[in-house]
Amino acid sequence: MSKQINVALIGNPNTGKTSVFNALTGLNQKVGNYPGITVEKKEGVCKLPRGVKAHIIDLPGTYSLNASSLDENVVIELLLNKNDKDFPDLAVVVSDVENLKRNLLLYTQIKDLEIPTILVINMADRMAYKGISLDLEYLETHLKTKIALVSTRKNQGIDRLKTLISNYKDLSISHCINLSEIDPAYFENLQSTFPNQLIYKLWLVITQDVNFGKTDRNEIDAVANFKTKSKNDLKRLQQKETIKRYQFINDVLKKGQTIDVANAKDLRMTFDRIITHKIWGYAIFFVILLTIFQAIYDWSSVPMDFIDSAFASFSEWTKNQLPVGAFTSLLTEGIIPGLGGIVIFIPQIAFLFLFISVLEESGYMSRVVFLMDRIMRRFGLSGKSIVPLISGTACAIPAIMATRNIENWKERLITILVTPFITCSARLPVYLIIISLIIPEGRFIGLSYQALTLMFLYLLGFGTAVFSAYILNKILKIKSKTFFVVEMPNYKLPLLKNVVLTVLEKTKSFVFGAGKIILAISIVLWFLASFGPGKDFNNAEEITKKAYSNQNLTSEELQQKIASHKLEHSFIGITGRAIEPIIRPLGYDWKIGIAIVSSFAAREVFVGTLATIYSVGNDDEDTIKNRMAGEVNPILGGPLFNFASGISLLLFYAFAMQCMSTLAVVKRETNSWKWPVLQLTIMSAFAYVVALIAFQILK
Amino acid sequence: MENTLANIKKGERCIITDVSSIHIPLKLLEMGCLPGNYVELVQVAPFHDPMYLNINGTHLAIRKETAMHILIKR
Repeated sequence: MSKQINVALIGNPNTGKTSVFNALTGLNQKVGNYPGITVEKKEGVCKLPRGVKAHIIDLPGTYSLNASSLDENVVIELLLNKNDKDFPDLAVVVSDVENLKRNLLLYTQIKDLEIPTILVINMADRMAYKGISLDLEYLETHLKTKIALVSTRKNQGIDRLKTLISNYKDLSISHCINLSEIDPAYFENLQSTFPNQLIYKLWLVITQDVNFGKTDRNEIDAVANFKTKSKNDLKRLQQKETIKRYQFINDVLKKGQTIDVANAKDLRMTFDRIITHKIWGYAIFFVILLTIFQAIYDWSSVPMDFIDSAFASFSEWTKNQLPVGAFTSLLTEGIIPGLGGIVIFIPQIAFLFLFISVLEESGYMSRVVFLMDRIMRRFGLSGKSIVPLISGTACAIPAIMATRNIENWKERLITILVTPFITCSARLPVYLIIISLIIPEGRFIGLSYQALTLMFLYLLGFGTAVFSAYILNKILKIKSKTFFVVEMPNYKLPLLKNVVLTVLEKTKSFVFGAGKIILAISIVLWFLASFGPGKDFNNAEEITKKAYSNQNLTSEELQQKIASHKLEHSFIGITGRAIEPIIRPLGYDWKIGIAIVSSFAAREVFVGTLATIYSVGNDDEDTIKNRMAGEVNPILGGPLFNFASGISLLLFYAFAMQCMSTLAVVKRETNSWKWPVLQLTIMSAFAYVVALIAFQILK
Repeated sequence: MENTLANIKKGERCIITDVSSIHIPLKLLEMGCLPGNYVELVQVAPFHDPMYLNINGTHLAIRKETAMHILIKR
């Protein structure tokens, strides 16, 4: 068996680290979570020359080993824990040729941990353009490493990197700086107290507030308590350390790198003059948002209609192929319609993730952070909250995780609490189907009424989020030190491969994650709807025949009456009617009630649930939408989904907190049950009241 | 007027002289905001806040409240 090399890929954000990871591993990658926390863990396998395999971990981007966020903690926890199964045999530090000086800071820190390290200088294709030339031999000698000059865009240098990885045993592990020189007395004392430990490792344990796992616990506690200096003194030492590292880097780069400014071209300034402009900047941002909504609504409707009718005919085809029986009806009335309810919104999710990943990759998102910071701060949010709020339109779960780079705890907490108001893609199928039922077709200055309604719902979600942030900012009494540093990366044309991989991976995990819940719920629902207690259910045929004996019904009409009588007296019907009094004032019948209750697992279940309920006992294989349009309100008469009940339902879904996964993530991110429980009760109560008022006014 | 980074004008280029205030996050120093390095104000958002800076070749945005603690010479 060949030996596997553990490789950790480390680098600053915006250095193209993920492109290097994609180039090394291709499709051999998987995304998981670090145990106990929701930081994404990307790992993959790379085949090296001579049959050796490398197990590569793409660590979260960080500027330094002095961690200031959960994501960055992951990096230092791994690098300091020799007992971790992923502890790297070698580190590959990815840097960007245009920001070499700053990127090398992290490199010197990793070298001082005595981990064999390769330096990747990425984006080499930009060198000529920027007038940069490098003396690689000089740099390799003085940085005490091997360098791979890589361009993922042009696919250059990856083979050399692979060769370097397979020969990692030849790498030097000598330090870059001598830490003791900063404060000889302090560091010599530290070293003599813990003679077996690496001085830089000791220093990190003292200065970093991270969880080092169970290994060496006692010793680490002892080190961490070795605080003969005050917090401010420690910070001064860290400042000195940083200055010393830059001196080392400057000395090396003075000879190893030349930049011919005359040859450098900079389009960034031209772009930024417009994109971050006081007026044009905001106008461009608005147009981009409009385009996204138009895409989600208009462009994705074609594949969606296709999927909807394909599932309807697939269900019918299956029914004709298989013998009549419980299994067939479970398949055609439970599983297939339930799955159809999730597959149908793959196009929209893909579009959303496509836009978000393009905005992130191109460097535009940082400009939005810059433009919005001052405005968002009025509402107790940070400019950085805009990233979670925008990605919240895809899904609140990654959005809440994206709040991690908000340094201020209060701003971060408020962002977490209000993000679920943002219209996520799970609300989309509910919105789309109801809008198509109650809002007439037709256009207003080129935009359809239906698209405008959708846009209004998005604005409503955003407005509510911002408004509740404003209130939370007034209520919450949290004092936390604030600081705000955002890198403004260079504009880059997004790499097709990165975008495609992100869209594929996110869509896949979304569909499979939600798919499992939906499948399980559809099966349970089918059982509950197909069986019932007592003679009302079992003798449905006779009872119905008796009731309608004096009317001249065709056999088809009679069958339908029987089916609906059965459904009403099934387990699900009984439960539904039990909760009906609560939801009737909102204009819903018990079937919608069941769909709402099952939506508390995940909103997107709504359409699948209705599809399953309406399929049971219904022979003609119609699309979900047509079936919903045919439903009649049992008390008021007229279509069940009319303007009043439709608006009430839209508002209910806009405000209610109906997503267990989001609640779980909020619990993990805030480390307390208090916040998710508050979210659940306040949001849902608010949703109920608003929906109630809306229906009572409009009916 | 005090010589702090918060007071420089758009397009102006200065040299950083002191960053020892404890209100300056370490992260900013690590990104190159160190004495002796140049700093240029690239763009400002409305109300002069936040400020989009070019510090020694690194482009970043910080709030005015942080910029107030960074001393410069023109």
